[in-house]
Amino acid sequence: MNTEPSVPTPIPRRVLIAKIGLDGHDRGAKIIAAALRDAGMEVVYTGLHQTPEMIAATAVQEDVDLVGVSILSGAHLTLVPKLLKLLAEQQAADIPVVVGGIIPRSDSQAMEKLGVARVFTPGASLSEITAAVRELASKARAAAS
Amino acid sequence: MDVKTVPNVTPGGGGEAAGSGASGRAAGPAGRGNVSFQTLSGIPLKACYTAEDLPEGPLPPPGEYPFTRGVHATMYRGRLWTMRQFSGFGTARQTNERFRFLLAHGESGLSVAFDLPTLMGHDSDAPVASGEVGRCGVAVSSLEDMQALFEGIPLDRVSTSMTINGPAAILLAFYLVMAEERGIPWQALRGTIQNDILKEYHAQHTWLLPPEPSMRVITDTLRYAAEQVPQWNTISISGYHIREAGSTAVQELAFTLADGFAYVEAGMAAGLKVDDFAPRLSFFFNAHNDFFEEIAKYRAARRLWARTLREKYGAADPRSWKLRFHAQTAGCTLTAQQPANNVVRVAYQALAAVLGGCQSLHTNSMDETLALPSESAARLALRTQQILAWESGVPQIPDPLGGCYFLEALTDRMEAEASALVRRIEEMGGMLEAVRRGFVRREIARSAAEEQRRIESGEQVAVGVNRFTEPDEKPVEILSIGPEVEEEQVARLRSFKARRDAGRVREALAGVENAARGTSNLLEAFVHAARHRATLGEICDRLRSVLGTYHQEAESFFRA
Repeated sequence: MNTEPSVPTPIPRRVLIAKIGLDGHDRGAKIIAAALRDAGMEVVYTGLHQTPEMIAATAVQEDVDLVGVSILSGAHLTLVPKLLKLLAEQQAADIPVVVGGIIPRSDSQAMEKLGVARVFTPGASLSEITAAVRELASKARAAAS
Repeated sequence: MDVKTVPNVTPGGGGEAAGSGASGRAAGPAGRGNVSFQTLSGIPLKACYTAEDLPEGPLPPPGEYPFTRGVHATMYRGRLWTMRQFSGFGTARQTNERFRFLLAHGESGLSVAFDLPTLMGHDSDAPVASGEVGRCGVAVSSLEDMQALFEGIPLDRVSTSMTINGPAAILLAFYLVMAEERGIPWQALRGTIQNDILKEYHAQHTWLLPPEPSMRVITDTLRYAAEQVPQWNTISISGYHIREAGSTAVQELAFTLADGFAYVEAGMAAGLKVDDFAPRLSFFFNAHNDFFEEIAKYRAARRLWARTLREKYGAADPRSWKLRFHAQTAGCTLTAQQPANNVVRVAYQALAAVLGGCQSLHTNSMDETLALPSESAARLALRTQQILAWESGVPQIPDPLGGCYFLEALTDRMEAEASALVRRIEEMGGMLEAVRRGFVRREIARSAAEEQRRIESGEQVAVGVNRFTEPDEKPVEILSIGPEVEEEQVARLRSFKARRDAGRVREALAGVENAARGTSNLLEAFVHAARHRATLGEICDRLRSVLGTYHQEAESFFRA
């Protein structure tokens, strides 16, 4: 698995992996969380059945550099915009949000318009996801410091 | 294979010739890794199997104990498997239309997919349901929704499977009251509720209550249904979700049977006689990619169940010994890339399920990694079964692979490995203790991570994903559920609630609460509540308030 950084990064990136809504499919979220951890990031995993409110609160409390939302239930167009709004209300709109799951292409575009940084759909490779998360989290950290 | 004509663009590098791919495998086209030949569960394979590999002792014919070769002597000559396509989306009315469409195209049984609020025991108008209504199944909050779902469908002639667990008994109560009001005797009803709460804690994660009170709801259901709805399958003990969450075939087999044994023990501990409820237990397995391993899994499952029920639990009724199962092809093997390839995967998986002696079968639609199945994809999935049933000739002979050196040896090996894992759980203190410790889900997560590693490294081939990939794929047409579904459903439910006799609803809900606090039968209280138009969420709220809720600790898998 080619997920190790080619150049070691001095600052550990802190990311939140979150299961939003009632969806119980956590195979992907756990695999992503483990892959990011193996790539040297600090990973906070929320566990299942998180409301947008819970995720926004955790993101702020844990001072993360990125939020990765996993959702396979089809409720993304309701729950993800709600999360973005809550983050903005808590002056945390600078934390990039990425989404992974069963997301139709038109919905991906709609979410990206609303401010989602990236959407990963079935077939995305771990190395692609890890690289994108690292880059987005690094940019967020650099902008914040 | 002419390697020069096969495009092979790997996600990382691209353009390498087949046979010299990222894993550097030169051992030949059929191996799973570059070291040895093995099944997907990691069982090593010999170069060739001969008569010497056949297990010692007799191999009784199909229909005879321990039923390795099938639960019926004639198998599909007597009756084909039931073609039962899991479906549900949007409102009850929309799903009713899909049901009628499938029945009109030759489907022989129904299978209901509920949406997440329903699975978790919430009404469509609950705040937590927002955005989820009708998304990955149909919303059923009330008796009225159930009636709309089955409108015009002859309940005494079609069997119905309902994939519902935490609130299974409440949905069964809706179904029973619907039948009652149509004048159909409960004795005529045939169907299944999944009602397998243990695997929810391992894998699917749609629970209602903590493990102990959940087991009580289940034993109450076993008791009530045995007396009142004798043809109903009261638990469909499910390996499917365990496998989808990433387990191996051996783990699927072991954890599923261990769950089954836990239900048998719970029923007996509640004072039921094993032969009064064990004949109504059925199973649900995955049909995954490794063709022979899957067939061996079903055969080993039958043998292990029969032996344990007879020898350990003292079941005397042969029906208690027979493991009957539904199979569904493996959703997790479907790929977003080149989705038409999924049709081929599904066909092979379905063949394995039939050669393994399933009683009913769901074949997945090619578009399920992208969205809920479109009508045309759902029809093609059904046609796949029909071609198998009526063109291939396969169903003419029961267990046609019986006696095959390799398959019999693999069946033995699967049984031995699964038995060892079942013993490990027993030594831990049983399945509820294993759930408390998070043992099963940790084991599943470990296997899932391992499989992902093999796919990422190219050790395990996924056609169209890590080999034989194609750039610029055309998107396929998908089904989408609009926001109007939720609005319509919530409006309907509010109108239903407004039309009820509030006093009767209150009284019925108090009855549910009393039953939960005491020891009287919960399903009886649910039926009473359904008659008086209490909703799913109202009943579940009472249960939660008395029996508690359940949360799984999040991060334990990191420390594993």
